[in-house]
Amino acid sequence: MTKKKNIELLQGNEACALGAIRAGCRFFAGYPITPSTEIAEVMAKELPKVGGKFIQMEDEIAGMAATIGASLTGKKALTATSGPGFSLKQENLGYACIAEIPCVVVNVMRGGPSTGLPTSPSQSDVMQAKWGTHGDHPVIALSPSSIKESYTLAVKAFNLAEKYMTPVIILMDEVIGHLREPLDFDEVKDLEIIDRKKPDITPDKYQAYHGGEEGIPILAPFGTGYRYHITGLTHDESGYPTMAPKVVERMNRRIVNKVEEHKEDIVEFESQNTEDAEILILSYGGSARSAKEAVLRLKAEGYQVGFFRPITIWPFPEKEVGKIAEKVKAIVVPEMNMGQLKQEVERVVAGRTKVLGVNKVDGELITPAEIITVVKGVE
Amino acid sequence: MAKRWEIRLSGTGGQGLILAGIILAEAAIIDGFNAVQSQSYGPEARGGASKAEVIISDEEINYPKIGNAGILLAMSQKAYDKYSPQVQEGATVIIDSTLVKDIKEVEGQKIYRVPITETAKKEAGREMTANIVALGVIVGITGVVSEEAIKEAVLDRIPAGTEEMNIKALSAGLKAGKS
Repeated sequence: MTKKKNIELLQGNEACALGAIRAGCRFFAGYPITPSTEIAEVMAKELPKVGGKFIQMEDEIAGMAATIGASLTGKKALTATSGPGFSLKQENLGYACIAEIPCVVVNVMRGGPSTGLPTSPSQSDVMQAKWGTHGDHPVIALSPSSIKESYTLAVKAFNLAEKYMTPVIILMDEVIGHLREPLDFDEVKDLEIIDRKKPDITPDKYQAYHGGEEGIPILAPFGTGYRYHITGLTHDESGYPTMAPKVVERMNRRIVNKVEEHKEDIVEFESQNTEDAEILILSYGGSARSAKEAVLRLKAEGYQVGFFRPITIWPFPEKEVGKIAEKVKAIVVPEMNMGQLKQEVERVVAGRTKVLGVNKVDGELITPAEIITVVKGVE
Repeated sequence: MAKRWEIRLSGTGGQGLILAGIILAEAAIIDGFNAVQSQSYGPEARGGASKAEVIISDEEINYPKIGNAGILLAMSQKAYDKYSPQVQEGATVIIDSTLVKDIKEVEGQKIYRVPITETAKKEAGREMTANIVALGVIVGITGVVSEEAIKEAVLDRIPAGTEEMNIKALSAGLKAGKS
């Protein structure tokens, strides 16, 4: 009857904040908004204990700007928000993309549009995460489905940000953000932590946006003697604005290709019984919990169903889903929106199998029974 | 057989039901079980409808919400009216009779009327300990977690200096639940 010492009952939001600190995050700037507020609360409490700084800004725009500024000094920086706040962050998110500034942005999705349903779950920012900021740009968005994963994906988000010098989005939903379940810290004690590279040449030879062989720039922390220009304008290797078509083309492609050409390293997913499945249930975040339960119940009734959960929503695991599409009668996609990721599945499947949505936008989590009904209706 | 309890704590915002849900889930973890706790509430800080749900199981818990509860605590008339039909066959329905007056006898429900809020005022001296009294009542009636675990979990979560008052509340609840 003794409590295992390292187990704690935590909310997804709390686990996400603790994971960020574990990843080495030492700066948070943001503006509290339900259902993400607990992330700011935990950061406000915990950051000072590890020598970090927490700033509550005047709004979400400033929160994103301060996060970018902190990262330029070499710190790992986080901001967290929801719905309307994520909309406000989009312009500066694009700035972080083109200026190649690593940082992590959590969006705990709630019902929208606008102020919508502040305390209710939704997954309707899937496409906003990809296309919310204007222009072609790289996007990495991770979707946790448990409290443990809220912790581990916070670490992964920082690792990817630092490795690829780009903002990373944690696309959580209220179901996971506010759910409490036990986190066994013994299970997450061995996590790899990646720190951004530092220049290994002298300041006079340094070009911040050269990108090297991998196409990934090395940004020296401000104040370390390496001088470079930083701007949201399209720039050359030194960071100064340019309109030279060749340079512009090269820089635009290099920035997007940081993610496109490293999908093998970035993409993560969970799959079960996809080998002999007749029907695949593909879901993510909170909805994936219902999907997993539906799979268990359907299998108990003798149905050949498989389960696939993209952990990276962006980039989407298209190779793997494409392979499964060759074999199954249908892919069923439960999500708390009107079919946003379903569209991406349809694009990948390209007519090779049927794609059916289970869509709910009433502010409640999809139930296993609702998924089972759709699966049983597949001809 | 796998053990699985589905508990819904319902009432009004400000009664501390979400905290009660957290404490119950932590007690289950102390007992060595898996537990998840979730909640729903409106945008108001207090006064709106409030609901906390706890699932306790010795297996993995996928779907974290409750359809029909096995144990229902109702601490407002509105909560009782809304949630008493959403219970499993043979469910335990615990009603705060201080606040819920209009109760229907339903076949297949084990209904317990306990003056929870009044007990909190009388035994612990503070109405705000009603959530802790309620935990005592639930454990006293159902044994869903052990008495040692619920006591430890309560002491883990309450503000320093309120131990005596909260233990009084818990003991009063346990006593009421067992009688």
